[in-house]
Amino acid sequence: MSTAFEHPTYNYKVVRQFAIMTVVWGIVGMTLGVTLAAQLVWPQLNLDLPWTSFGRLRPLHTNAVIFAFGGSALIATSYYVVQRTCQVRLFSDRLAAFTFWGYQAVILLAVVTLPLGYTTTKEYAELEWPINILLAVVWIAYAIVFLMTIKRRKVSHIYVANWFYAAFILTIAVLHIVNNAAIPVTAWYSTSIYAGAIDAMVQWWYGHNAVGFFLTAGFLGMMYYFVPKQAERPVYSYRLSIVHFWALIMVYMWAGPHHLHYTALPNWTQSLGMVLSIILLAPSWGGMINGMMTLSGAWHKLRTDPTLRFLVVALSFYGMSTFEGPMMAVKTVNALSHYTDWTIGHVHAGALGWVAMITIGSMYHLIPRLFGRTEMYSVNLIAVHFWLATIGTVLYIASMWVNGILQGLMWRAINPDGTLMYTFVESVEASGPGYIVRLIGGLCWVTGMLIMAYNVTRTIKRGEEAHQPLPQTA
Amino acid sequence: MDSGTVSGIVTGILIVTFIGITVWAYSKRRKPDFDEAANLPFSDDDETPNHDTSASPNGVDSRKNDSCKSKGDRNT
Repeated sequence: MSTAFEHPTYNYKVVRQFAIMTVVWGIVGMTLGVTLAAQLVWPQLNLDLPWTSFGRLRPLHTNAVIFAFGGSALIATSYYVVQRTCQVRLFSDRLAAFTFWGYQAVILLAVVTLPLGYTTTKEYAELEWPINILLAVVWIAYAIVFLMTIKRRKVSHIYVANWFYAAFILTIAVLHIVNNAAIPVTAWYSTSIYAGAIDAMVQWWYGHNAVGFFLTAGFLGMMYYFVPKQAERPVYSYRLSIVHFWALIMVYMWAGPHHLHYTALPNWTQSLGMVLSIILLAPSWGGMINGMMTLSGAWHKLRTDPTLRFLVVALSFYGMSTFEGPMMAVKTVNALSHYTDWTIGHVHAGALGWVAMITIGSMYHLIPRLFGRTEMYSVNLIAVHFWLATIGTVLYIASMWVNGILQGLMWRAINPDGTLMYTFVESVEASGPGYIVRLIGGLCWVTGMLIMAYNVTRTIKRGEEAHQPLPQTA
Repeated sequence: MDSGTVSGIVTGILIVTFIGITVWAYSKRRKPDFDEAANLPFSDDDETPNHDTSASPNGVDSRKNDSCKSKGDRNT
């Protein structure tokens, strides 16, 4: 990449690297997702090989979209936002470069080990212990770079986006280290130091806070910078953003037990998790309203600015899935929804609708600026991407709602004599049409990401051409 | 003290802390500071600092400066 884009003050190089890898890993992760969706329609697509079987590709998909795509986006934007709102260069170029190469190495190791079948079996924490140690080192380096940059800021305030990013970085460090505490047996096998119900509780304390701090707090940091920037007005209420921050941080920690309703977990813990999950609606919607209201007086911009549309629709899906989540955490609802496709639909309402859309909107704002422009190569292609992503998400969620409720009702249906009305395989058969609709939704998403990759490539090329005739004077 | 009492005390402390934060955030005294903080994303107005400035001096920056000044109907 050309060095012509070097900023006199800021370290944009590491931001550019992470931003480009965000697009790359987005395509990889979502293509894996589409492959898995296709396997559920046509099981023979697993090719009868262990490495391409559903059970091994599924953790690769989740790791690729959450940690490779989402993680790269979070690190790229946090490095950009912290520099611009603290008006100071990143703490250490070398350490920042280490976080990039180290993080990519972790992802590549996941790409190799997960299909080979090396797994701790902990959901969203499947990587084996040597990779976990590397990730812990990289993550601590990331925390040092980010926090030291804040410490050396040239302004008196720490902008609210940086609070969210800092909470995300610190909490993920704690979650990762505590949940992956294990005794190594061989080079690629370890056992957790926790056992039984405690292991389950630690795992879902980790799992739900990965949602709360990785997929929520981090992306809210993104929201608090890029929504005001793209709408060209300050956040609706800075006071609300502070209350939002502390409420979210205090409540999210306790919601994990709702993943373990009707299990060996003590009943009071389940009920506590349910109650705190319901309370969580308040801070979630506080943040959503704060983001939405930032647009008051600027709603007309949605007509012409598809990037802003991405950001606003992301907030809508955030509001929707943070209403759905507390509802599903209610034990009686959970009795119907748990273990069905409804859960998968809920996750993707958050992952596609909120996380991916806010990321893509932010990237369309960020990427041209990293390459010396303010606009992407083609605004029309952003609009096309927006509609593909929105339609894809709606198809995905709607089909999984139908499938989930159908499965839940079929599994609990009993004959007058107490026997089950349906066999399990009958519910699988009934889910077939939903799986096809979900596959179409996924294809919309991958197509949109490929269009984005083209648009990004042309934006970079154009930026480089513009710099060619005139050598940098600064 | 049994664990239930400890939990109760911790819950009480958290509630009081949270109410304290809310009162602090909404106090009149904080308003000027928060207004300043809320404008931090816009105070760094070299929007395209690595842009080739010799080609279009301040071309894209003027729009940005306008929007910084007009707060519109922003709620406070």
